[in-house]
Amino acid sequence: MSTILRPYLYLAGGIALVLVLNLLVGGIGSYDQRIVVNIGINMILAVSLNLVNGFTGQFSLGHAGFMSVGAYASAAFTTMVLPAASDPMSQGLYLIVALLVGGLAAAVAGLLVGVPSLRLKGDYLAIVTLGFGEIIRVILQNVSSLGGALGLANIPRHTTFLWVFIILVFVVFVIERVIRTTYGKGFLAVRDDEIAAEAMGVNTTRYKVVAFVVGAFFAGIAGGLYAHYNSLIKPDDFGFLKSVEIVVMVILGGMGSTYGVIFAAAALTYLPEWLRSFTMFGIKFSDFRMSIYSLVLIVLMLVRPQGLFGGFSFKGRRAAAKKAPIG
Amino acid sequence: MLSVQNLHVSYGAIAALKGISFNVPAGTVVTLIGANGAGKTTTLRTISGLVKASSGNVMFQDTDITNRPSHEIVKRGLCQSPEGRMIFPGLTVRENLMMGAYLRNDRKGIEQDMEYGFSIFPRLKERMKQAGGTLSGGEQQMLAIARALMSKPKLLLLDEPSLGIAPLLVKLIFEKITEINRDLGMTILLVEQNAHMALNVASYAYVLETGEITLEGPAKDLASNEEVQKAYLGM
Amino acid sequence: MSEFLQQVINGLSLGAIYALIALGYTMIYGVLRFINFAHGDVFMVGAYIGFYAFPKLQPLLGDGYGTAVAVLLAAMIGCGLLGVTIERLAYRPLRSRPKLTVLITAIGISLFLEYTGQLPVVFGADYKTFPTLIPETTYTLFGGVSIGSTQILVFVVALALMAALRVVVLRTKIGTAMRAVSMNMNAASLMGININRVISFTFFLGSSLAGAGAVLYAISYPKINPLMGILPGLKAFVAAVLGGIGNIAGATLGGFLIGTAETMTAGYISPSYRDAIVFGILILILILKPSGLLGKGGAEKV
Repeated sequence: MSTILRPYLYLAGGIALVLVLNLLVGGIGSYDQRIVVNIGINMILAVSLNLVNGFTGQFSLGHAGFMSVGAYASAAFTTMVLPAASDPMSQGLYLIVALLVGGLAAAVAGLLVGVPSLRLKGDYLAIVTLGFGEIIRVILQNVSSLGGALGLANIPRHTTFLWVFIILVFVVFVIERVIRTTYGKGFLAVRDDEIAAEAMGVNTTRYKVVAFVVGAFFAGIAGGLYAHYNSLIKPDDFGFLKSVEIVVMVILGGMGSTYGVIFAAAALTYLPEWLRSFTMFGIKFSDFRMSIYSLVLIVLMLVRPQGLFGGFSFKGRRAAAKKAPIG
Repeated sequence: MLSVQNLHVSYGAIAALKGISFNVPAGTVVTLIGANGAGKTTTLRTISGLVKASSGNVMFQDTDITNRPSHEIVKRGLCQSPEGRMIFPGLTVRENLMMGAYLRNDRKGIEQDMEYGFSIFPRLKERMKQAGGTLSGGEQQMLAIARALMSKPKLLLLDEPSLGIAPLLVKLIFEKITEINRDLGMTILLVEQNAHMALNVASYAYVLETGEITLEGPAKDLASNEEVQKAYLGM
Repeated sequence: MSEFLQQVINGLSLGAIYALIALGYTMIYGVLRFINFAHGDVFMVGAYIGFYAFPKLQPLLGDGYGTAVAVLLAAMIGCGLLGVTIERLAYRPLRSRPKLTVLITAIGISLFLEYTGQLPVVFGADYKTFPTLIPETTYTLFGGVSIGSTQILVFVVALALMAALRVVVLRTKIGTAMRAVSMNMNAASLMGININRVISFTFFLGSSLAGAGAVLYAISYPKINPLMGILPGLKAFVAAVLGGIGNIAGATLGGFLIGTAETMTAGYISPSYRDAIVFGILILILILKPSGLLGKGGAEKV
């Protein structure tokens, strides 16, 4: 098989798989369907944050902020600009347009955050991005035309299983392609040794901005999908905890391992749902499922800080994934 | 007093010490000379417990202190004046000295020892209330030695006291090392790149090369050894 | 003018509480160089310790200041021990690991305290009303400016604790050791200082100040719940960064500035922007002078 064609075969395979799964999903209950769609959206978020945290080594705690920009921009575009759509064809078309609007808005936000934050590293960068995320949230709470704290309601439900997962396949494809090019190696260089990368002529500043902007763009798309699935979005949906949740997926997935991160996103979205109905020794876990969730996180950091899949990748990019970036 | 036996240390896959052995008898000044990267500092850091040995033993007064925590080793009477001096820059000279006496509670003895420190390095007394970070390199070295003495050690480890210091001050500091050994009967293990000065004050010497001891003998003999002269004394 | 002075008084009393919490962030950052994300939640636990200690202590000590002081001490000791335990179990094993790992662990601890606190068998997710520790009287000063007895208590306790901390850090052996550890950990251990003990002590001190801050916060804003620590924790962190993280005087200054900025924004612009202003200040300071107002040196090297 030609190596040039191979990634496109993966792409085609991914799309085919989604189409097959789509047939199966039709048969499950609406509650389970909701979980599956949420898993898909979280996968997009985690994969996009992985570009910033995992590949470029920049610790961002404000990903939910970019998600909210995308969610609000796309939802506002759909409800205020686009006409109503009734048939699936125009629904899908309008969704794509709205998602692009949301993604671009989030990318602009990513640029605004990325440029001034570049001097900062480690936990300082984490705190600044957290601060930006919180500021976005507070601003949204105070914009009455977007519903304020009560949120934006009556967003048409254009998002379907099919759209979420087709987009996921594309996002994974784009990021995996970029990372493998000579240009993409620059991201890893910034992460592994910024000073050396700079000395080798890698424009580290530009790489960081690009990582931020592209990461934010995809987060915005995920936000748009979220908005068009839930029909109601509130600023509090995109708080600090949501950002932490995404970071945990990236870390658990093993920082820089795309497939690990995808699996972690699925596991971590499903875990709280599973604990909801889990009973052991007559104890119902639904009450303290979130305590368990946080405890699992702590224990993992203590015993397996490289993540569950750190050092492991389906395509054998072992060395790149293994080295945990510092701060 | 101190006996190092077959000590191995590695940083990851790189072996820094490949089984070195040496002795420091009570009351003497023993020196360990060698080039940059020979493993001198690693040796001292391992004795002090900052670096973990992968195998071998460090025996101090017939007790095995290998890989014990640093503060415990200090308590047993082994104190180090580290490479690069490591003065606490934000503490005053006096506070730095008090930290040297951290494990002691005999107020009177502490004051006495501080006076002794001031008597050998009068410059420190003048700068008592000044922050350690504002001292010159030479003054910081004096402070580092005086600070190590404050713990009333039985064995004093000195790591490159000549490093980055004006030649005149180097001479002074080495005179003081001899003085400390004579006045207090202090046992001293001196690690130095400046072999000329070190062989002058020490009674016995070891040559360390890339993690191995290649030569040893009375300091006078080594000073006249042809290889040593060529490699370390620039003759 | 009198409204302005009123806002200043309110701001400073809120700021005094932020300063107490900020001191914990800054001291822990000083010795370990990491942001203890769980600090705000330790603060929350302090409020609950006060809440549960009050009914036990009041019958013994009566209604006066004795009970108030005892509640304060209970929260301080309880939080101090909690801080020491967290460090021992979760942070110490990670000491030589990348900072990011420790940061995530701290976030994990933070979530654990928040979620576990919300369990019905622990504190419960609902709001509880903190008891009134001292009778509330309002004293009118000049020109219609007033100050409440709660605010006076906040000032007295906060300033006393800050003075006590200053003495501990600058005049005692363990305080000097704390500073030595924050300057050079290896050199400190070569002096015979037991680093672990100093770090435990620092966590005790910092966490107990958060406990004191919690009781003062709870008597000022008596609605408490398990998520109450998030925002004050973040704001106090901003205060610590504003003053120059690792700098004790800076944390105090930062606390007062943040408290004042917040009440001024609430009073003159809009109460809904009181949180945003704090993060705005954070971003400005990190971009313009990352070392903070009283900090030394340039941008943080990691």
